[in-house]
Amino acid sequence: MSAAAAVEISSLVKRYDAVTAVDGLSLRVAARTITAVLGPNGAGKTTTIEICEGFRRPDAGTVRVLGLDPWRDGAALRPRVGVMLQEGAGFYPGARPVELLTHLARLHAYPLDVRMLVARLGLDTLGRAPLRRLSGGERQRVALAAALIGRPEVVFLDEATAGLDPQGRRSTWQLLDELRAAGVTVVLTTHLIDEAERLADHVVIVDAGRVLAEGTPQELTSGVSDDVIRFGGPPRLDVGSLRAALPDTAAVREIAPGSYEVTAKVDPRLLATLTSWCAANDILAEGLQVGHRSLEDVYLELIGAEGATR
Amino acid sequence: MTTTPSAGRSPFAPAPGAAPVGLMLLAQTLFEIRLLLRNGEQLLLTAAIPVVLLWLLTAAPVFDTGDYERVDFLVPGILALCVMSTAFTSLAIATGYERRYGALKRLAASPLPRWTLLLAKALTVLVVEALQVVLVGGLGLALGWQPSGSPLAVVVLLVAGTLAFAGLGLLLAGTLRAEATLAAANLVYLLLLVLGGVVIPLSGFPSGVRTALELTPTGALADGLRSVLADGAGLPWGSVAVLAVWAVAGLAAAARWFRWE
Repeated sequence: MSAAAAVEISSLVKRYDAVTAVDGLSLRVAARTITAVLGPNGAGKTTTIEICEGFRRPDAGTVRVLGLDPWRDGAALRPRVGVMLQEGAGFYPGARPVELLTHLARLHAYPLDVRMLVARLGLDTLGRAPLRRLSGGERQRVALAAALIGRPEVVFLDEATAGLDPQGRRSTWQLLDELRAAGVTVVLTTHLIDEAERLADHVVIVDAGRVLAEGTPQELTSGVSDDVIRFGGPPRLDVGSLRAALPDTAAVREIAPGSYEVTAKVDPRLLATLTSWCAANDILAEGLQVGHRSLEDVYLELIGAEGATR
Repeated sequence: MTTTPSAGRSPFAPAPGAAPVGLMLLAQTLFEIRLLLRNGEQLLLTAAIPVVLLWLLTAAPVFDTGDYERVDFLVPGILALCVMSTAFTSLAIATGYERRYGALKRLAASPLPRWTLLLAKALTVLVVEALQVVLVGGLGLALGWQPSGSPLAVVVLLVAGTLAFAGLGLLLAGTLRAEATLAAANLVYLLLLVLGGVVIPLSGFPSGVRTALELTPTGALADGLRSVLADGAGLPWGSVAVLAVWAVAGLAAAARWFRWE
């Protein structure tokens, strides 16, 4: 909490008619970090980001970006913020990529060198085709470049890597690392767990318009002391019998047909108990793995629990 | 804020700031003009159709133009068509697709103030219209057109017509889907080309229909321009009033119902 906040959201509420898209969301983004807002479709990520960008007015709560109110102080804030809309939207259909970027650069006082940016993002191969003829992934890259052209202090990227191939995704990640090193604050929404885990200093898991959990990827995954053991076997094993053989605190689930997960304090004795239960029941446990919970485990647990209570 | 010397090396080190507003206005206007002049379908509406119509209908007596020399009747009507094609059809279609592809939304997140964007669009329309006047007027003169009346009255009519059409065009573009805007804008263009006194004199229609057609923006603009350029009359206040009513109603409705995304 020592670093300055680039974005501060408290108790944000946004409703569309009967639907509450954002429901009391609070969030703090430290300057010069990468924050990933992670959640399923319809979790309220885009609405939250678009309120930060000044597109929508909150129904309740406060939002400050670089200390300014995006709705009221938009004119002062806009030059300092870079925006990438979802699905690479936001282009003149008849403009060419370099032409669009050159134009957007002219709206800023100290823009990036367009040629450098174009080369850096591999847009020089797109040539003279108008933007409406480009593929989704190509438009995404142009939209990312457009978000950076004005040398902003904060960039909001709404699903920056959706629709990119693995190579494009990795080069985007590298670029975002470089932005952070250069002193830019990056806020990105994603529903890709590995992206959040690989990239973000701070992960915020959002569902139904609220923050379910947040922290560094390490904090999120190590907050729970239990480990997991996964193994494969025939479908529909008697998990009750296995649980009875294990210590009281252990939990056993068949996460998919023929795929099992044991959550427990893992020690050699527990492993021995598990394998002897398998031997006694004439089961060959395949691909047995011991591991810490991944961010994916945490995410699915949180989102799954939410889904069950809805 | 602390300064970090290492961050200064990266090209991505923050250095935010808006360009001076005058430069933004200039950049946006030139950008919009360039995109418009590159668009084939738009050029068909704004340049090719008016020029071809003027040339063909002057050469061949298709419609009876009453007491007027054919070219003296046609040039004012074609100028009205030019204003409609640029301020209504072309503006509506371009704005509709910009809205559909999120260009307007993205620009709203840029340093460009909204009034500057609207002013740039207005300037774009006026520049294209000036090119059309030169093109159509030049062709008219080559075909023997003899204009009369006050140039100032002509300018007042052209500007009033532009405001009337722009309001209606933006209303369409800001409320309908892009495809629906495209269809509606082209349909209105075609209907008013035939029925708006552009190439066919309104005097040939039954009186009730004629009055209704004279109250359309195209009818009012074509009639007004004709009374100045062909008859040498002063500023036709009736036409200006009709156009002003359309302008106020259209712009107010657009301001009320235009959706940016």
